[in-house]
Amino acid sequence: MTISISVKNIGKRYKIGAAETKFRYNMLRDVIVDTVSAPVRLAKALVGKSDRRQNQNYVWALKDVSFDLEEGKVLGIVGRNGAGKSTLLKILSRVTEPTVGTVTVRGRVGSLLEVGTGFHPELSGRENIYMNGAILGMKRTEIDSKFDEIVDFSEVGQFIDTPVKRYSSGMYLRLAFAVAAHLEPEILVVDEVLAVGDAEFQKKCLGKMGDVAQQGRTVLFVSHNMSAILRLTQEAIVLNKGQMIMRAPSQEAVDYYLSSGQSQAGEKLWTEEDVSQKDAEFTPISLKVKERSGKVVDTVRSTESVFIEFEYQLNSSITGLRVGLYVSTMRGEYIFTSFDTDDAALYENFDTRSAGRYVSRAEIPADIFNEGRYMVGVNASSFGVKRYFMDENALAFSVDISGAPGTQWGEPRVGPVRPRLNWKIEKISD
Amino acid sequence: MTFDLRQNKMTQISKITPHEPHTVYIRPSKGLSSLNLRDLWIYRELIYFMVWRDIKVKYKQTLLGMAWAVVQPVMTMLVFTFLFDKVAKLPTEGVPYPVFSFTALLPWGLFVTALNQGSRALVAHQNMVTKIYFPRLILPTASVFAGLVDFVIAFFILVALMLYYQVTPAWHLLWTLPLFLLLAIITALGIALWLSAINVQYRDVNQALPFLTQFWLFATPVAYSASVISAKWQVVYSLNPMAGVVNGFRWALLGVGNGPDFTFWVSATISILIFISGLFYFKSMEKTFADTI
Repeated sequence: MTISISVKNIGKRYKIGAAETKFRYNMLRDVIVDTVSAPVRLAKALVGKSDRRQNQNYVWALKDVSFDLEEGKVLGIVGRNGAGKSTLLKILSRVTEPTVGTVTVRGRVGSLLEVGTGFHPELSGRENIYMNGAILGMKRTEIDSKFDEIVDFSEVGQFIDTPVKRYSSGMYLRLAFAVAAHLEPEILVVDEVLAVGDAEFQKKCLGKMGDVAQQGRTVLFVSHNMSAILRLTQEAIVLNKGQMIMRAPSQEAVDYYLSSGQSQAGEKLWTEEDVSQKDAEFTPISLKVKERSGKVVDTVRSTESVFIEFEYQLNSSITGLRVGLYVSTMRGEYIFTSFDTDDAALYENFDTRSAGRYVSRAEIPADIFNEGRYMVGVNASSFGVKRYFMDENALAFSVDISGAPGTQWGEPRVGPVRPRLNWKIEKISD
Repeated sequence: MTFDLRQNKMTQISKITPHEPHTVYIRPSKGLSSLNLRDLWIYRELIYFMVWRDIKVKYKQTLLGMAWAVVQPVMTMLVFTFLFDKVAKLPTEGVPYPVFSFTALLPWGLFVTALNQGSRALVAHQNMVTKIYFPRLILPTASVFAGLVDFVIAFFILVALMLYYQVTPAWHLLWTLPLFLLLAIITALGIALWLSAINVQYRDVNQALPFLTQFWLFATPVAYSASVISAKWQVVYSLNPMAGVVNGFRWALLGVGNGPDFTFWVSATISILIFISGLFYFKSMEKTFADTI
């Protein structure tokens, strides 16, 4: 077998902090100082001695990643947000350069992360197909020969000469995907596109990916959708904090990923190394799932309230702080979002929180969740000002549905929620 | 969503394009990376498509449409004629003022397009730059080429003006016009390369641009003749690359001025220096575009 992609010790370093220091205008004084010092800054920037450089921290988005991939293999990439998945794909598709290391790629890389790039709303579907094709590196003759196939696949048919700004979002997406899918590169990179579009269309996209794999082309597939990873890939790698921590058959990698995301059952504790020093204003301490008795649990009953407690330390007073919960399925579909100051009275009372230790406690009422495992993410921010902390996959818990509405039938129900609805049955005629 | 790959054999499978895949090495580029002209050649059709798109989209949903390409230079010419001919009575070396100024407005228009569109070329296409690979040089290049279309339209206006004012072109010099056009393109492209790359990191360019354009217009013999500049300032004046271009156009089309003399070659050298340095600056910044834009 020939090697299609060979990645050797690549790393990517980003500068952080620069943008924040530049536009931190808290007071009029800052604005004036900034304005007065502008000529100095300009002079320094021109001779290459930007003073901002001193404030810059570096972060390795990707470090020491190496792997070889044989031609015709489908490789899944899993990892949390910020694990380096997107950076890896960007390097492979040559959008950005690695800071260190080399990649050898045999053949054209096409990626479905660029769906619709270069589409212009004023141009017709036909014109956009040519435009987008050219951007993706297709020759005009190549587009000519695939044109009908693209139109068929996109199902926009009669609207092909209508400006795409008149398209529904679904039509727009289908057309964009159709062009990308017909690029027929030797290596295909897919990132989360399957999260968009209706179920029918998703099915079609997965089908197209399957075709590509069957034709002996190499596919890299990034997704939060673990069932899609399992279905479409034989092998997967797990990325964590920029490093590749595992390469294994997909089932094994997915199991590892799902179980490593949460530390203790029902409880997540942040250690100092998890929390970057830069954001010292806000330090997360713990996140717990509790039942009414106050016991920390991994599995809750859907027929009882669930309590979620987020404990944190404020090292200075913060105005407009809101602490939020994001609850999602293990596939990464959000179920709901809620903030501790959603309520008008709390919003007034906690306009400014002084330094100190706090706990924000939410009661999730009974009869919300269906059977399954759910992920809790936390976030602390001042709306429109700054985000102090975020962990989208902080903690997972399971829901047991014994006694929930409809359990007399003993069949699984679709959908992540299982509300107790107020049904009435009336006989309105004989 | 239940779906199985095995059901999938029914789906139409398209042919793989029969071409031998070439190997690409991705590694950190050091210093001034090679200009990678091979990629530029592979993507040459994209330049064509970008130009075509720019033109197509530019006048969409406008009442006057393509007429704007005519209205803008003609209005400028009328204002200039009023101010500098009727009021200030500037010398034009025997050529009717409208023809005299319009000849200069041709390359000037091209240059202004490069300043405005070219400097925004990368920032305006952020989502392309951050999502896919293609030679970034294509963006500023295409925006300059799109300006050439307006140039051609304006050229027909000039022909009409010359017929109306019965100005005989300098037939024996006309063959040099393509060379001066090339110089105009090189100058415009050089400036577009510099400004587009700087604009990625410092959006100050957007703020400086209106002022820069205005200033540059007065520093260039568009509304007046270069001969009004006194002899001792001629060399300093010729440091403006557009001065050489505009004088060249007048000489090639109308036969006025001295033709390529020392000051012209100073201008032309500056143009070429801007172009080459712009190319290298652009290439050295290119690798960070996707991260800093």
